[in-house]
Amino acid sequence: MKPHILPEQYQPDSFAFTRENEKQVKEILKRYPKGKQKSAVMPLLDLVQKQVEVEGAQATPPYGGWIPTAAMDLIAEIIGEPKIKVYEVATFYSMYKLAPLGKYNIQICGTTPCWLRGAGDLKKACESHLGIKMGETTSDGMFSLEEVECLGACVNAPMIQLNKDDYFEDLTPERMIEILDLLAENRREDIPVGSQVGRNCSVAITGPTTLKQVGEKKKPAAKKAATKKTSTKKAPAKKTAAKKKTTVKKAATKKSTSKAKAAKK
Amino acid sequence: MLKDQDRIYTNLYGFEGSDLKAAKKRGDWDKTASFIKKGKDWIIEEMKASGLRGRGGAGFPTGLKWSFMPDPNKTKKPHYLVVNADESEPGTCKDREILRNEPHKLIEGCLLAGFAMGAKAAYIYIRGEFFNEGSAVVQAIKEAYDAGLLGKNAAKSGWDFDVYLHRGAGAYICGEETALIESLEGNKGQPRNKPPFPAMAGLYSCPTTVNNVETIASVPTILRRGGKWFAGFGRDEKNTGTKLFCISGHVETPCNVEEEMGIPLKTLIEKHAGGVRGGWDNLKAIIPGGSSTPLLPKDVCSKVYMDFDSLRAEGSGLGTAGVIVMDQSTDIVYAIARLSYFYMHESCGQCTPCREGTGWIWRMMVRMVKGDATVEEIDMLQDVTKQVEGHTICAHGDASAWPVQGLIRHFRPELEKRIKDYRKLADRDRPTISMAAAE
Repeated sequence: MKPHILPEQYQPDSFAFTRENEKQVKEILKRYPKGKQKSAVMPLLDLVQKQVEVEGAQATPPYGGWIPTAAMDLIAEIIGEPKIKVYEVATFYSMYKLAPLGKYNIQICGTTPCWLRGAGDLKKACESHLGIKMGETTSDGMFSLEEVECLGACVNAPMIQLNKDDYFEDLTPERMIEILDLLAENRREDIPVGSQVGRNCSVAITGPTTLKQVGEKKKPAAKKAATKKTSTKKAPAKKTAAKKKTTVKKAATKKSTSKAKAAKK
Repeated sequence: MLKDQDRIYTNLYGFEGSDLKAAKKRGDWDKTASFIKKGKDWIIEEMKASGLRGRGGAGFPTGLKWSFMPDPNKTKKPHYLVVNADESEPGTCKDREILRNEPHKLIEGCLLAGFAMGAKAAYIYIRGEFFNEGSAVVQAIKEAYDAGLLGKNAAKSGWDFDVYLHRGAGAYICGEETALIESLEGNKGQPRNKPPFPAMAGLYSCPTTVNNVETIASVPTILRRGGKWFAGFGRDEKNTGTKLFCISGHVETPCNVEEEMGIPLKTLIEKHAGGVRGGWDNLKAIIPGGSSTPLLPKDVCSKVYMDFDSLRAEGSGLGTAGVIVMDQSTDIVYAIARLSYFYMHESCGQCTPCREGTGWIWRMMVRMVKGDATVEEIDMLQDVTKQVEGHTICAHGDASAWPVQGLIRHFRPELEKRIKDYRKLADRDRPTISMAAAE
């Protein structure tokens, strides 16, 4: 999906950072040496997008984070560069959205490692469940579908990213639809971040093949410092998955059905 | 098989916390100051002795790279260490585990590496999609400052050192070191011409070294246990140490694992990933080192060792050690065509051969998937890849060409068969495919 500038009526006349984000702006500018404030352009664009996302979640109809032109002009002023320098950066990177999207932007990784594990089925499931095609937004403003390139979680394929932050991994079409339904009810916090079959990060589903002592002695860290609230909720299938001493060689079909079951639990 | 006590990343799977207290228990931040007091020459010599080669894909010797940095007393310019955490190579997800589970190894490595190259500041450039991983690093940086491990007189070493996190925004090309520097400076991420190399004029035109996450995060353990310890692993003195492997695709249990450099590919997959789906005989091909490396057919996979030089000898490469396994059910032409789409999508558009060539390659590959081509066009496709390869500023052009060349080298009969089959079909029976948004 290529970002595109929409007709002017979509663009607000002005943009201002919230008071809290104003502080953030100052903090961001401090990270770079004197005279090199231009480096702050990316963190600032990101900050705008995050602020708009918060606003959009409250609006009716809702919308997801994007970057209005007025905000880009403001950033140009802050870093003391011509506007075009900000536009140039904003249009180059795929994570900056220059037009409103749905409140929940479902970004499905479609590159080969995910495709090998069934990303195509995820796409189909999303399209038929939401009634839109890839690159489109539902009329109620709740969902957008986007195919993205490798998100760097190939071992946990297939996977999606939601709104440029949380990853949902080890998906099946069934679990994907469950996630869409939970999001439709605005129950994002009920979806565990990361693996949907209860794997710890990128450990083998049948249990670790190395570092077994650590893995067995210690329970998986309940809450990691940086992960968000949502991650404290464990996938219910966690215990079963850890306890299960499945033989290593199993027929492929068996495997995928047991996975699907685990995800459903 | 590598023993657990010889693994660097003991929290690879996040069974323990990523916080400072847990990290110290694992041995991080132990005697950091003492290494700095031994001086930068000692650190660089130790790194050279370890034989560590850059873990980002190119495999350049790390100690040697650091020694290219000029003397800060002569340059009178600030020096920078930039950590490349823009992990985007399809098939690769190793740095992600370090960033979220072992951030203190990375930060300690920044201090030690930074000191060795005369840098007072490090920027960690993380891909924007790694939002939670970035937050873990930010948290770890904060802990390190609070504990006096960063900032003025970092870890009581007498060296002042700052670490900052900079988030990218979704551009594969920013994994190329000069594009990364451009991006960090606030520009479009388009690679620069070399020379000047970053060691002479990098970030803000100052001497800069760009290193991969895994490279930097391995440094503290190498110094603690000695370069000789690290050099003791591997099949020869040019391919040493331990390495994180990512095993994805058609295996029973995809996983990341730290193993000895030079482990046989078959052993790696059977021991750690539960084997190929449906058994080894069901294997079709493996991409051994991330999407840019040419695929290997089954007979090669059965005997090849996973290190830089063994894989190069087979016409492929270790790259980032992202092992993508494809079984007999795989439409191998589509699998590679999807990579061609990836390279087209991610071309920065600066050099014409890459900007236009990646599109040519992709469009021809789409026809190859269907078989809607002539046999001669296989040679034309090969020719197009050769027109791109080596004719661009950075290696993106090469990377887009290699997977297709690998396909033609090893699966030409399959391409030809598809073309012949397509011709036999009536119009209405001919396959249509849909691939990604560009259709």
